[in-house]
Amino acid sequence: MIRSMLFLPGNTPNMLINGDVLGADAVILDLEDAVSPDEKDAARILVRNALSRMGFGCQTVVRVNSLDSGLLDGDLEEIVPQRPTALMLPKTSSREDILETDRRLTALEARLGLPTGSARLIPLLETAAGIENAYAIALASPRILGLFLGAEDLSADLRCKRTKEGREIDYARHRIVMAARAAGVEAFDTPFTDVNDDEGLLADAQYAKSLGFTGKASISPRHVEGINRVFSPTPAEIAYAREVLAVIEEAKRQGKGAISLHGKMVDAPIVNRARQTLDAARALGLSGGE
Amino acid sequence: METKLVSTLEEAIRSVGLKDGMTVSFHHHLRNGDYILNLVMEQVAAMGIRDLTVNASSLFDVHLPLMEHIRSGVVTRLLTDYVSGGIGRHLSQGILEAPVEFRSHGTRATDIASEKTPIDVAFLAVPAADCRGNATGKLGRAACGSLGYAIPDAMYAKKVVLITDTLLPYPLSDWAIPECFVDYVVQVPEIGDPRGILSGTTRITRDPVGLVMAELAAKTIAGSGLLKEGFSFQTGAGGASLAAAAALKKIMEKEHITGSFALGGITGYLVEMLRAGCFRQLMDVQCFDLDAVASIRDDPRHREISAIHYAGPGTRGAVVDSLDVVILGATEIDTNFNVNVHTDSSGCLMGGSGGHTDAAAGAKLTMIIAPLVRARLPIVTDRVTCISTPGDTVDVLVTQRGIAVNPRRPELRQRLLEAGLPVTDIEALKKRAEAIAGIPRPVPRGDRVVAEVLGRDGRVQDQILSLPSDF
Repeated sequence: MIRSMLFLPGNTPNMLINGDVLGADAVILDLEDAVSPDEKDAARILVRNALSRMGFGCQTVVRVNSLDSGLLDGDLEEIVPQRPTALMLPKTSSREDILETDRRLTALEARLGLPTGSARLIPLLETAAGIENAYAIALASPRILGLFLGAEDLSADLRCKRTKEGREIDYARHRIVMAARAAGVEAFDTPFTDVNDDEGLLADAQYAKSLGFTGKASISPRHVEGINRVFSPTPAEIAYAREVLAVIEEAKRQGKGAISLHGKMVDAPIVNRARQTLDAARALGLSGGE
Repeated sequence: METKLVSTLEEAIRSVGLKDGMTVSFHHHLRNGDYILNLVMEQVAAMGIRDLTVNASSLFDVHLPLMEHIRSGVVTRLLTDYVSGGIGRHLSQGILEAPVEFRSHGTRATDIASEKTPIDVAFLAVPAADCRGNATGKLGRAACGSLGYAIPDAMYAKKVVLITDTLLPYPLSDWAIPECFVDYVVQVPEIGDPRGILSGTTRITRDPVGLVMAELAAKTIAGSGLLKEGFSFQTGAGGASLAAAAALKKIMEKEHITGSFALGGITGYLVEMLRAGCFRQLMDVQCFDLDAVASIRDDPRHREISAIHYAGPGTRGAVVDSLDVVILGATEIDTNFNVNVHTDSSGCLMGGSGGHTDAAAGAKLTMIIAPLVRARLPIVTDRVTCISTPGDTVDVLVTQRGIAVNPRRPELRQRLLEAGLPVTDIEALKKRAEAIAGIPRPVPRGDRVVAEVLGRDGRVQDQILSLPSDF
């Protein structure tokens, strides 16, 4: 389960060696925008070594360079053998982008003797075309772990201003969640970039959760705890989910078809959501989730 | 009224009869803003006096002119508790024939009191004084708050000269140094630069790794079972230590725990904890910032204590011996829990024990807080470059990757495990650090002993070698 993803520049050793102690469910080791062109090869080697030697205590995502950068094959060559949780593919705009990446990965996996499809992908949707093609992208390969919204580049592509309120990305958020859920993959929200605004972060994360996102990325370790809190089931949610399952059991025992809890009908969607809540709580080791 | 005022420093030096081969002493409450040590030594040198021993509670880069007095033979022996990096480099290059003697703050104080290291003349900068020699650090333009480290010098030196820039009407109230110990008072235009008096490290860290360690440190204290009514606490002024205090404050407020006292060098953050009801009293040997200076002046719960009362070993009562928990730093710690705070990783002097060793010896729980890897080097080694604080007085090491408990404290280890804390052992932490950073090559050393570190028992605890000549 990935509630929080923390971006770490791939060319700063001190951040790489401590990235996994900052509480994020996953770190995104960045080879793309955080690294200047003249440091690309150094960052690639550093991230490779960090993955092979550090034994990260959290999940690892590597943001490789995009298909059109000319750097992708070199990135894959070094990173894929280290078996990170997933590769984040920037500027994914179409199903073809995924098919092309999939083809290169399949060849590489064969050469390395890795099981085909073991390298998972998180397409970074940060162009207008990428948002419009979200569903086709999500379905393009079984390698897709989830869709990721990149709001900064997207607003540039939309020729609009990126605001704290985020109305300009509202459509993209809805669209990504819909496409991801329809395709049965996860949906990850864009970072909230004002690192000193803790309340703004919480409001932004709560909004993303309310839309159906699985989790949210962060560019600052300061935001990780807040994101984890927002995307974890609350004690009240856990308690309610347990009640739901208890009354369902009771109804089964009594042979009743329909049952109500606190005056509300408990139907299949409510039961499913209760199961998801308890699964999440169990995965996170939260009390009340047993 | 007969005053003790003399018009010049030269007159004071003549009047106390300072001669070749004697010992002079200084305190460090004005830290890197101090003008007085340089002023006195310049005057002494101009008067042709040579072969002096300087006993200074600490030395900062502002005191670099002292290195010239060493080179010219005015000063031939040095006793101190702490040196800054700039001073340390000169000393590590071996500019003194005799090794520098390092003591802890507590040991310095008792050795002065017992005349093991007698002082002929104490030259004490005081932010405010009256004409008969009652003096305080709480008033004046260069107010520094507590004068805790100056008090033993004032009490036990054969002659005492106060130097101030603020003369107040007799009798000055609330003195740290009473007139009965003082021989002469000299007024100068300025005793120091108030900006340099404040320590540079009294803000809570924003470094995320520091915050992770701080959180773990506070949980370790809570898990140790010591955090209860009457709890007593000391912490350094470093960013991570302060963050640990902040995390501790949250727990104390949530659980309505009122501690008895916080001890040592006092920062504004501890003042905030006092005001929030976390402690009944602050016992202050040294103020680290302006908030602490204002508090010690205005709040009767904030008390000034002398270095002997604070930490003197073998006295009839030092407050460190009643301490529950102390949080301390380290430049290195070894697998026997010995801690180095004297040298950097290349073996160059850049610190000293100060109160580190005293608090560690006294506290029921001595915690070292340090990142597992610092500047490419593992913090845990097989043997520290210098034993500043012996491992048998250190209980836990808190890093961002877990807590190591000294095997001498199996019951503490058990408690922390029961509290659900990430307890590991120090060998495992060392291996983890080496997996990340590699095993460092041994650093080349020179062959001269440039410093001796004396333990609280008076014995030589360790020696520090010179830097290699090509360093």
